[in-house]
Amino acid sequence: MTEKFEPRIVAFFCNWCTYTAADLAGVSRLKYAPNVSVIRVMCSGRVDPQFVLDAFARGADGVLLGGCHPGDCHYAEGNYKTLRRMRMLERLLKGMGIYDGRFRLEWISGAEGEKVKTVINEMTEKVRALGPLDLPGKTLEWDKELEELEAHVNKSAPKEEVVHAR
Amino acid sequence: MPDKPKVAFYWCASCGGCEEAVVDLAEDILKVVEAVDIILWPVAMDFKKEDIEARPDKSIVASFINGAVRTSEQEEWVRLLRKKSQVVVSFGACANSGGIPALANQSRTEDIMKYVYEDSPSNDNPAKTRPLTECKDEGRTLTLPSMHGMVRSLDQVIDVEYYLPGCPPTPKLIMGAVQALLTGKLPPVGTVLSPNMALCEECKRKDSKPADLALTEFKRPHQVHIDPEKCLLAQGLVCMGPATRAGCEALCPGGNMPCTGCFGPTSRVKDQGAKFISSVFSNIAPKDEKGIDAVLDGIPDPVGTFYRYGLSKGLLRRKLN
Amino acid sequence: MSDNKKKQDVLPRVGFYICHCGTNIAGTINVAEVQKYVAGLPGVAVSRDYKYMCSDPGQEMIAQDIKEHKLERLVVAACSPNLHEETFRKAAAKGGLNPFFFQMVNIREHASWVHTDKIAATLKVMDLSRAAVARVRYHHALDKKRVPVDPNVLVVGGGIAGIHAALTLANAGKQVTLVEREATIGGHMALFDKTFPTLDCAACILTPKMSAVKSHPNIRLWSYSEVEKVEGYVGNYKVKVKRKPRYVNEDLCVGCMECIDACVFKEAKFPDKFNQGLGKRKPVYIDFPQATPKVVLLDPETCIQLKTGKCKKSCAEVCDRKAFDFTQKEKFEEIQVGAIVLATGFKAYDAKRDPQYGYGKYPGVYTSLEIERLVNASGPTSGEVVLRDGKKPKAVGIVHCVGSRDAKSNKWCSRVCCMYSLKLAHLIKEHSDAEVYNFYIDMRTPGKGYEEFYDKLLSEGVHFIRGRVADVTDWAMTPEEEGRLVMRVEDTLAGFVRRIPVDMVVLSTGLEPQADAQEVRRRFNIGCGSEGFFQERHPKLAPVNTFTDGIYIAGACQAPRDIPDTVAQAGAAAAEALALIDAGFVELEPNTSHVVEDECSGCKTCVPLCPYSAITVEEEKKKAIINEVLCKGCGVCAAACPSGSIRQNLFEDDEIFSEIEGVLAK
Repeated sequence: MTEKFEPRIVAFFCNWCTYTAADLAGVSRLKYAPNVSVIRVMCSGRVDPQFVLDAFARGADGVLLGGCHPGDCHYAEGNYKTLRRMRMLERLLKGMGIYDGRFRLEWISGAEGEKVKTVINEMTEKVRALGPLDLPGKTLEWDKELEELEAHVNKSAPKEEVVHAR
Repeated sequence: MPDKPKVAFYWCASCGGCEEAVVDLAEDILKVVEAVDIILWPVAMDFKKEDIEARPDKSIVASFINGAVRTSEQEEWVRLLRKKSQVVVSFGACANSGGIPALANQSRTEDIMKYVYEDSPSNDNPAKTRPLTECKDEGRTLTLPSMHGMVRSLDQVIDVEYYLPGCPPTPKLIMGAVQALLTGKLPPVGTVLSPNMALCEECKRKDSKPADLALTEFKRPHQVHIDPEKCLLAQGLVCMGPATRAGCEALCPGGNMPCTGCFGPTSRVKDQGAKFISSVFSNIAPKDEKGIDAVLDGIPDPVGTFYRYGLSKGLLRRKLN
Repeated sequence: MSDNKKKQDVLPRVGFYICHCGTNIAGTINVAEVQKYVAGLPGVAVSRDYKYMCSDPGQEMIAQDIKEHKLERLVVAACSPNLHEETFRKAAAKGGLNPFFFQMVNIREHASWVHTDKIAATLKVMDLSRAAVARVRYHHALDKKRVPVDPNVLVVGGGIAGIHAALTLANAGKQVTLVEREATIGGHMALFDKTFPTLDCAACILTPKMSAVKSHPNIRLWSYSEVEKVEGYVGNYKVKVKRKPRYVNEDLCVGCMECIDACVFKEAKFPDKFNQGLGKRKPVYIDFPQATPKVVLLDPETCIQLKTGKCKKSCAEVCDRKAFDFTQKEKFEEIQVGAIVLATGFKAYDAKRDPQYGYGKYPGVYTSLEIERLVNASGPTSGEVVLRDGKKPKAVGIVHCVGSRDAKSNKWCSRVCCMYSLKLAHLIKEHSDAEVYNFYIDMRTPGKGYEEFYDKLLSEGVHFIRGRVADVTDWAMTPEEEGRLVMRVEDTLAGFVRRIPVDMVVLSTGLEPQADAQEVRRRFNIGCGSEGFFQERHPKLAPVNTFTDGIYIAGACQAPRDIPDTVAQAGAAAAEALALIDAGFVELEPNTSHVVEDECSGCKTCVPLCPYSAITVEEEKKKAIINEVLCKGCGVCAAACPSGSIRQNLFEDDEIFSEIEGVLAK
């Protein structure tokens, strides 16, 4: 059963540039991979690094953050804050073993429908090659070591030939 | 003898500082001892596991458990105490969020064992002997606890009613918690027993923090003559105060050192490290990638700095691969 | 395991609607399956699908269901919220539900129109719908604030677009400030001789409008001025304008121009920008006789008095109005307006970027604007078509599409060049005996009367060659070519390469954004498209609005266009501004942020982050406070607050976290 792995990618798009560009891609009937679900925010500066980590923690294989080009933020400088935060977040992700390619920060202006398509297709393939991240699944695996002891403690412990080292 | 409420203290993967904090109650500890019956306190009293096992379920009014859960023995003990207690208080940063031990989640258990028993420069272990969880000696079976694959906070193993934050919690907070328990004036289950605001609220340096912070570099404490009056963040030191819960009355800034975040975040924040990144890096000056990177280079260990006490509770919990 | 997540005990009743949008959505997404899936989600009281949710019956259905089923939340899965979010909010309000208890799911632009795999697309739509249902539970009731609108208007740019917009607004009774960078209004149109297709004299139709601007009681004309800074928001803009020094008092000068005659420079010596460098002027000058305002100015680069301080100043002496003021400095003025119309026009393509055409190398190669000045009776040659050495050309070649339709320079068609090339062909034939050749790729004549104009030209003896000119060279191959310019072109209709000797080459240069378009648009906080022209809000439905409320665009600054369309667009922009002003107030979107006072610790992290200076520290309580009227709702502060004490309406942490959870839940 070798079903092709379909990455699940969560995207945060800023309303004025990237979301509009994605709308433009739609109006232009450009075609791209269905692996990216978009969450709309007004500015990429609203995107708290917590959102990115939460997405990974809940099972995203990749997270894409789209904002206006530096200098063009609809709210003047929101995207600079995004850039600064996310560059540190990238270092953190690397430190935690989540590799380049799973998190991507991309500047896409309202007229760049074509770029939305390209970025989504590219990222889908890259994450596909990296394989599933599946943090929820991994957490369940890790917690298996707890279940065994739980059962042991909760039944009355029989007196065995076990001498505890003191 | 009249039945005083029974109270237990236990320690998992911890340093003993939380025990010291209880001792730091000083004269107040007499009040505590008068009001309750301490039926378990490994550091100070000689009660055994069988003593606890023999008690009826829920006969302990409150167990104060500190330390992170890293071994099978600790897991067994905390499950036992959970069974026998009405209220479990997660005591201290290690129990609350993994504490410093949780930084081990950046390594695989196997890698740790290999380093400690084989590769460390101070080892003389040519046979590569490793500790075993079970071995036979003169016909008897000896056991040692096994190490879990990762360090966990207390509430990732058992249900917890209350949290006392801090590394360690301050005597003031501990007294407050004990009194609340004894008088029955308890907040809703799940509450962290410390003000739900950031540390800046209690910090004497708050007024000196400029309202237009634009940091150009970060420094480590040993690299600066720290001004005892000025806001530490404004001096370029990584002070986690804004992203850390109040309650300690800003002890570390008061001692001329930046806050390292041991009280954890407010209840409105899911991941303290990520939130701190969101806030402090919004206030750095450069706008271009190169300039930004130069400032970020001043913090060579993001995981250790932002998750010093909270890696188990971080959204990512442990390093992958 | 302990779970401290806040769970809602009783879920609010959610109504879910998925739109077919004809086959736009239903053709790719299995809407019935989605409807059924969502119906099974906790808290969903109503789940329907319908052909056209935005239609009247669709909206009626929502209002009905809200009342009948006591719905507390509304989710519509349809097109982009940028299109119909307002529509469905109104439908919710009609049903008695607060309009902000609504969440829209984009399943058309972001799903049905862009995916080919129907199964995967449907699954994605289910994910997004589930996320919206989860999110909308956390919405709060909100209302829109109203702020009054300042009735004054700023028009930037005094070309035909700016002039028409200003006049329209002024006639409607509004106070207009018209700011123009050059010393006179009129823009490019003032350079033209005649305009196509009617061959009206440009000055004749333009100058009455220019005078009307000058004399209109409701228009304050600030020429030789530029906008320095713009602050504020729709209905309440504060603009700083720089008034450049003419060194002549505008209120005193009557434009008699005696000073120009009296100038110590007996001969005009300096290249005249208005005449495209073909004519000369003195340091004291006026752009053209009908310049408005009719006031001379001094060029600080060439005026001896301004450069050295040592001049007879015969200009000032002869001025009986005592209008000269050599000490004048640049001045800054601040005005408050409710709406701004940008009509900053275009820049002609720099022909030097196509070196194969020899502009700047061969004196016989001209740009179209230069020819406009040549054929103009008040131009440098009084309307005579002569070369720089005074000789009359025997043959003239007009090259279409210079800097247009070209992958190497500008990809777009500049819309007016075919027409003006035909016009110039006609005028050159009128003013001289030269043979005229037009080299074109296609003949683009889309406007009213344009094709008929072309027809007329066909019978005037102009030679039309369909082919892109490869180059212009002075390298002669035959005796006839000696001393002349040779145009090499593939005549695609005839099927062979030709060498055509001419004496004058006219390059029909295309229209580009102004050189400082990026700087200007940032100053006004609007966007530019990928080609650099100002970005309209929607190419069909909102061509004069921008993404910034209260700022409108008109004319060639938005895209290349001819005069009829420019005037129409300027009227449209004026109408939009009037609609804003006459409403009297503007409703602010409620997605603003606020600080929860009890939670704020006064750490001041947020204060410097707001580009609108909406966040301050309240002195007594020492906590941050956000002015919700200034707040534009970006959410940067909400993300940055390290203790989680700032909430952005409609984008709260709870709402976004629930959306993330909803999207990824399996």
